[in-house]
Amino acid sequence: MNAAGFPVLSLVTWLPIVGCLVIMSIRGDEETVAANARWTALWTSLIVFVVSLVLWVRFDAADPGFQFVESAAWLPQWGITYKLGVDGISVLFVLLATLLTPICILASWESVRVRVREYMLAFLVLETMMVGMFAALDFVVFYMFFEGVLIPMYLIIGVWGGQRRVYAAMKFFLYTLAGSVLMLLALLAMWYQAGTTDIPTLLRTPFPAHMQTWLFLAFLASFAVKVPMWPVHTWLPDAHVEAPTAGSVILAGVLLKMGGYGFLRFSLPMLPIASAHLAPLMFTLSVVAVIYTSFVAFAQTDMKKLIAYSSVAHMGIVTIGIFTANMQGVSGAMFQMLSHGIVSAALFLCVGVVYDRVHTREIARYGGLADRMPAYAAVFMLFTMASIGLPGTSGFVGEFLVLVGAFQVNFWLAVLGSLGMILGAAYALWLYRRIIFGGITRDDLRAILDLSPREIAVFAPLAVLTLWMGVFPSSFSGFWDAAVGAMVERHQAALHLSTLLAAVTPQ
Amino acid sequence: MLYAVAVFAPLLGSAIAGLFGRAIGDRAAQAVTILCMVLASICGVTAFVQLVYLGAPSGMVVLGDWVQAGSFHVSWALHYDTLSAVMVAMVTCVATLIHIYSVGYMSHDHSIARFFSYLSLFSFAMLMLVSADNLLQLFFGWEGVGLASYLLIGFWYDRPSACAAAMKAFIVNRVGDLGFAVGIALVFTLFGSIEFGSIFANVPAHMDATYHLLGHDWRAYEVVGILLFIGAMGKSAQIGLHVWLPDAMEGPTPVSALIHAATMVTAGVFLMARFSPVLDYAPGAMAFVTFIGATTALFAATVGCVQNDIKRVIAYSTCSQLGYMFVAAGVGAYQASIFHLLTHAFFKALLFLTAGSVIHAMSDEQDMRRMGGIWRLIPFTYAMMWIGNLALGGVFPFAGYFSKDAIVEAAWAAHTGIGQYGFWCTLIAAFLTAFYSWRLLIMTFHGTPRADHHVMQHVHESPPVMLVPLALLGVGAVVAGFVFRDQLIGADWQAFWGSSIQIAPGNHVLRDMEDLPAWVTLSPSVLGLLGIATAYLFYMIRPEIPPRLAAAFPAGYRFLLNKWYFDELYGVVLVAPFRALARLLWQVGDVTLIDGVPNGLAALTAGGSARVVRLQTGSIAVYAFSMLIGLVVLVSVFLLFLR
Repeated sequence: MNAAGFPVLSLVTWLPIVGCLVIMSIRGDEETVAANARWTALWTSLIVFVVSLVLWVRFDAADPGFQFVESAAWLPQWGITYKLGVDGISVLFVLLATLLTPICILASWESVRVRVREYMLAFLVLETMMVGMFAALDFVVFYMFFEGVLIPMYLIIGVWGGQRRVYAAMKFFLYTLAGSVLMLLALLAMWYQAGTTDIPTLLRTPFPAHMQTWLFLAFLASFAVKVPMWPVHTWLPDAHVEAPTAGSVILAGVLLKMGGYGFLRFSLPMLPIASAHLAPLMFTLSVVAVIYTSFVAFAQTDMKKLIAYSSVAHMGIVTIGIFTANMQGVSGAMFQMLSHGIVSAALFLCVGVVYDRVHTREIARYGGLADRMPAYAAVFMLFTMASIGLPGTSGFVGEFLVLVGAFQVNFWLAVLGSLGMILGAAYALWLYRRIIFGGITRDDLRAILDLSPREIAVFAPLAVLTLWMGVFPSSFSGFWDAAVGAMVERHQAALHLSTLLAAVTPQ
Repeated sequence: MLYAVAVFAPLLGSAIAGLFGRAIGDRAAQAVTILCMVLASICGVTAFVQLVYLGAPSGMVVLGDWVQAGSFHVSWALHYDTLSAVMVAMVTCVATLIHIYSVGYMSHDHSIARFFSYLSLFSFAMLMLVSADNLLQLFFGWEGVGLASYLLIGFWYDRPSACAAAMKAFIVNRVGDLGFAVGIALVFTLFGSIEFGSIFANVPAHMDATYHLLGHDWRAYEVVGILLFIGAMGKSAQIGLHVWLPDAMEGPTPVSALIHAATMVTAGVFLMARFSPVLDYAPGAMAFVTFIGATTALFAATVGCVQNDIKRVIAYSTCSQLGYMFVAAGVGAYQASIFHLLTHAFFKALLFLTAGSVIHAMSDEQDMRRMGGIWRLIPFTYAMMWIGNLALGGVFPFAGYFSKDAIVEAAWAAHTGIGQYGFWCTLIAAFLTAFYSWRLLIMTFHGTPRADHHVMQHVHESPPVMLVPLALLGVGAVVAGFVFRDQLIGADWQAFWGSSIQIAPGNHVLRDMEDLPAWVTLSPSVLGLLGIATAYLFYMIRPEIPPRLAAAFPAGYRFLLNKWYFDELYGVVLVAPFRALARLLWQVGDVTLIDGVPNGLAALTAGGSARVVRLQTGSIAVYAFSMLIGLVVLVSVFLLFLR
């Protein structure tokens, strides 16, 4: 039943909690606790990452179904089981989460000085929640992890954040929670309809067309906030600006993907008719997101805010791709999500590097860093180029596949959705120019140090992945080709069936 | 195999110089990149000779999978046919010479390794572009040269003007790239593949396919042609999207030579030739290509006549010559467009590097108004400038004579209205080309020295490492025309090009070119000589004429000097509204409207609860009173509804 021979998903999900227990048992003065907490967290997350590599090695790409499935009775009287498993769509998100956690911990090594133990605890708990969310095969389990993610993230922003951290944390929490409440209602409705919360069963359950619309809107409320889609995106810039660097990394890298993953796991396959009906709405919101937030990004004076807005634009590409419901579009959306997970994470780390040195995110405070920080300039250039989708980097593949997918739907959708190619280049290069190019005008920048070995270790895996995904994307897209293919096929079949039914049913 | 080495050796050199430049030092970085380039050119030329003269079979070299999603499948593969091979040979050779020249030109710079790494990266991207086996890989090279040009134009990043020019180049190119990318999507939708082999094999099958757009059914090939040409307009700096090219002069001079001669700007022309099997069936789109090309040729030539920066004059000349190439492609003479591309690569690289040698001699002065009277001091550079000008001006028997005449004749031989337009535009441009070329020559080298005495003392001939590449390019500018003419555009052009250029059965342009009225054949040369004579009159014999002309027609002069006000127009119409809209959407859209809702709700909640708090006064009397009021209300409601 399980290709790994041991419950690898449960292990990956719960190991971080074991690390938490170890950290909580540390005793001693503050300095010792902090040092031990750092090392324990790093080792825990590294071990988790290594264990999760089993998924990479043993995953059978030809099988479109769920693998590494494990289930245990939990609340049998309610039809609820503790069930985990991954398919081609979720497996790489699990790996993304396990990869970014050690990077985050390493990135916070020196910048977090207060309440180090609690900080590390929050990150390990967050890892558990993220992995569990992507691996859950029961809707109730999914919902618990989905909401559980909020708590550590809320604390990370609210405790270790910047000046307006409480405002940002509250906004983040309320926005996402408000959406989730509606998803809970949808969950209950589906439960009544299907009699189970088992996701593989729900995927095979046809929901009546009128019900699909309401369910879709309820899901939309939750996932649109997470993505975030325009116009419910304004929590993101605030959250990013106030969050500590690592918080931004995990927020952009993994948490934004929860929305896209939700669309792919629930909305599109479970509610095909509503997805097709409401696709124009989704396209409109996405195109507006791409264009509008690209403009807004251009006007920003705060580095993190600029990158946050660029995230919204990039996720707009994702939602376009998902609702094209064809192979290229969905595959491109998957790729764009993974690529954005790596690239935007790296860009926030780039901001973190100079923030740690100069303690400001004001773009105007910088300039001319290329002279003093050549390695940093090179790294920043790489990720900037990946962000604007230069071929050969990861950013290109997803964007282009979505373009191809969108083109099959509508010419103008493709053109407007791809305007990000131009607008993205404008704001990203404008940012790069103001920070890296030009002459050094401020004295404190004259003595600024280039990347330390620790920082190079943080960037190296991300840089390698960015290029690897750009040059050999099929080693990643191979994971989901079968699953996405089956999903698109089922989607088409369901739509076909519904039109047949409509033809024979008297109106 | 040799072919793959030719393409990838520059990448190796670039990576070594870029990553380890600091560790191994400038000398070693130069040596490594140049060695790689020499290796690449040996392999490139060998691959070309093997294919064209020794009968090696054309084909492809598959390197691995690239993008895959359902039926969308693209590999990394190198296309090996005459068109690619000839471009690879040319690019590697010219790029190698520019590398060698840069050793001398950049000797005083402080980041030499970085410069050579970028140069090699540029060469690699261009090689990927010309050797691509599918549209997406071509796009990879396409964007790759965009990146490398961005890095090179902004090489001196401490100069604000260089940074601005670099950004401008990248963003303006991106506008064209959007059209190109959408074009690729259409090709995929149409053919189910974007690999050249399967596209070209299926051209007849989709001849009548239509594409619905803007309420009209267009022939799909026309739409493909227009979309791809929009991409070509950006990269090849055609009117409208040309604004980046003159500003790109902010980069070091060898970069200008590389960007404006052998690589990058010719990419659009190459794309037209590469896609000839499809485009030749899109007469509407190709008429548009001719129109834009002809207009650009004339427009850029008029601007070139009044500029004072030596590099800017040459830049506008490039813009104009690219227009020529598009005219040729537009009327179906793809062979002639590539022919001009090749000869242009030699003489334009020569002109830029010669200009670089002048700038080097004049202590980095670029304004021709502060030059003059130096031809005796730098005779070799002077001679090379002559050769370059003779080739550009189209004087027999220099390279440009053959290729430029061919284009003018092809435009006539097309026997279409738009062909006539192309003919007259290119003919007038031929006059202007000769005029501004000799204006440049005379202003730079002749007359009384206008530089200050300090600069004049330092005027010196460049070192051999710069002069040898000049000499080699000079040889190319002399011989490339008559050596290649018969092979490339002669009667049996098919023997040379093989299947790499395919034209529609009704396309007789090359054949008709053999049989033209004498005045058509002669007029470009005559007008060229006339242009030279005019320049001689204006700047040697009667130097008071140009200022008087400028004074007599101030509006016209300013119009040309300000390059038809394109930059100002875009500034007003695009850039300023863009910035304003960006601020508006942020401050009004996001901060006021969208955030207004949750913040307002929060304020309402907070305000409401504050009032509720105020109710709890702690006074028993108030509580009792409110209970009483409540009771009264309840009882009244109860009675009201019971009755």
